[in-house]
Amino acid sequence: MKLHGIKVPHKKNTAGCKPVRMDVPETVTIPVSMHIGKPAKVTVKRGDTVKVGQRIAEADGFVSSDIHASVSGTVHKIDEMTASNGAKIPCIVIKSDGKQELFEEIKPPQVNDFDGFVAAVRASGAVGLGGAGFPTFIKLGVKDLSKVEAVVINAAECEPYITSDTRTMIDKCEYVFKGIEAIKKYMKVKRFIIGIENNKREAITKMKELAEKTEGVEIKVLPSIYPQGGEKVLVYNTVKRIIPKGSLPLDVGVIVINVTTLAFIAEYLETGIPLVEKCITVDGSSIKEPKNMIAPIGTTIKDLTEAAGGFKSDPAKVLYGGPMMGIAVPSLDEPVLKNTNAIIAMDEKEAAPPKTTPCISCGACLNHCPLRLDPREIARAYQLDSGEELEKLCVDLCMECGCCSFVCPANRPLVQTNKLAKIKLRQYLTAKKSENEKEGK
Amino acid sequence: MNKLISSVSPHFSGKRTTQNIMLDVIIALLPAAVASVLIFGWRSLLVIAVCVASCVASEFLFEKLCKRQNTAMDLSAVVTGLLLAFNLPVSIPIWQAVFGSVVAIIVVKQLFGGIGQNFANPAITARIIMLTAFSGTMTSWVIPKSVDNVDVVSSATPLAAAAKGETLPSYLSLFLGTHGGCLGETCVVALLLGGIYLLARRVISWHTPVAFIATVALMSLICGKDVLFQLMSGGLVLGAFFMATDYATTPSTKWGKIIFGIGCGLITILIRFWGNLPEGVSFSILLMNILTPYISKLTRNKPLTGGAKK
Repeated sequence: MKLHGIKVPHKKNTAGCKPVRMDVPETVTIPVSMHIGKPAKVTVKRGDTVKVGQRIAEADGFVSSDIHASVSGTVHKIDEMTASNGAKIPCIVIKSDGKQELFEEIKPPQVNDFDGFVAAVRASGAVGLGGAGFPTFIKLGVKDLSKVEAVVINAAECEPYITSDTRTMIDKCEYVFKGIEAIKKYMKVKRFIIGIENNKREAITKMKELAEKTEGVEIKVLPSIYPQGGEKVLVYNTVKRIIPKGSLPLDVGVIVINVTTLAFIAEYLETGIPLVEKCITVDGSSIKEPKNMIAPIGTTIKDLTEAAGGFKSDPAKVLYGGPMMGIAVPSLDEPVLKNTNAIIAMDEKEAAPPKTTPCISCGACLNHCPLRLDPREIARAYQLDSGEELEKLCVDLCMECGCCSFVCPANRPLVQTNKLAKIKLRQYLTAKKSENEKEGK
Repeated sequence: MNKLISSVSPHFSGKRTTQNIMLDVIIALLPAAVASVLIFGWRSLLVIAVCVASCVASEFLFEKLCKRQNTAMDLSAVVTGLLLAFNLPVSIPIWQAVFGSVVAIIVVKQLFGGIGQNFANPAITARIIMLTAFSGTMTSWVIPKSVDNVDVVSSATPLAAAAKGETLPSYLSLFLGTHGGCLGETCVVALLLGGIYLLARRVISWHTPVAFIATVALMSLICGKDVLFQLMSGGLVLGAFFMATDYATTPSTKWGKIIFGIGCGLITILIRFWGNLPEGVSFSILLMNILTPYISKLTRNKPLTGGAKK
């Protein structure tokens, strides 16, 4: 069986651009929620002096992550901002002193065993850097290590424009393999598969060179059919297993980790410097000189794009991430987050919304969905307000990769409808559950 | 600075639009249109023009009247007009062609909700209505190129000739279309060219036409009929490539398309060999159109739940 997908324009203009470290911005705005899970608790107050790598918010609850200062300076204020999901969350604004002094307590972590490894990953503030932002220590903190048969390293980078993972593989490939060695040592995993789309020749050559010298590592060159980097798609195309609905990759014996996340962990084990900066692809039709930039977390998009050379035309739409799954930001004052891998600024022409016309029932959506969903039927069931039908259609399986909307000749907002349908299904299931409980009593 | 646009992903869209799909179908129909003029003369062009113009006008006026989103520019009405014209004899009175076009667009398409919502193929349904209403003019076939003469010489279609046991045209004549029949259905070579173009442009998939034509071939073989003759006569090639592949009225899944094609083939054979009418392609497609919702339901894609319990 072959999973469906689509051919998207690659636009990897910046694949050859070695990341440039930007000058320290005057201020950074660091939200306390840059991960999936509970926002972290602020541990500094206004006027405090902080240094690079110093913890400024601590993980709250099990699914959460520590947050560290990305510049040295003083805490200007604890503010509130609206996150991309609409929630109001606190953010810490730090005025930089421009010195970028490293926090005194930073030293390489002492790791002797598996627990120490997980604790180190937790202290590093690592989250899924491919975009999901799931705290990495939870993913690696497997209770039963014998369940892990293989680690799949996600280096597909299937979104158009983005090349930050490509650069990790070219510039930091030794760290990728140091990360593999660490997992081998502490998690006793023997099999590693690195999935890379075939449009990254330089990265593939470099990774293959090192893979030959490392035992148990195979490079799986994937066709450039979007969405190769989708977790379910990647697991299927590397180990031929389908992750059941509502399950994790671990349930089929694999851990999936993004290549940049892995390289970062290896770097942390060596230096002890937590996640305070990111390599970010700055591209899009509005950007004067597309390039890869290394920016402190919390840098505003405005500062970042200015440092990258500015706009050649007024941006009409600006995205966190790529054009297929990226999030459109409301303003240029939004900060760069831990899981931001690209800032794409589109000019008016590129951002112009396509005209929606009536559905012609061509079936392109259902014939391109990697998970074989039927967006046309989902839209119908959504309009009919039928939770029962939505359950049958498994809309909760949808990963919002955007293939359906992309191929739709009528430009129907299918992903948007799927998102709404998921909410409706959740409400229906909750109502059904409480009804069943009532009857049970 | 201007406000930034905020919208749900994806922020890219593909190049396909309804309009350029329809344009591809029109391009695919052009060789057959040219062939019809060469075979039947200039009146063929007149019939095509009248059907296209009245289909587009009906679409435009009806949607204006109902204050619906106007889809006259998406070219789907042009396709319906072309297909209807292709299904008419070249000698059809103009007013009847206009009537057929109005029925196709307003009754079959718009009254059921417009593009994408109609359950039956507009061109085919209109043709069947016309066949019942104007049975005389709809079955008066003329020998190619004779229509401009004062004495119109009538000629049977190959299938009608076969039913009556008259002499049949040669394979070459069937392939080139130089025999009596509807103006767009006779030239097999032109229709195949168009079909290949649609396949190459991925406007249609191979499943329906292959299943349809293969079923007719296999059944003809089983029934001891001349297979090549059955494949190249009547509206089979036109129907299999251009009308049994209509998006709204046929299934969307691979297996659905195969079942649809086989069904069309079986009904065509049933009518041709055992029915009262010489040709059955139109009826077979219409009947299968009616079954489409059930076929679609039966052949729905199975979501990749990995065996998870619902």
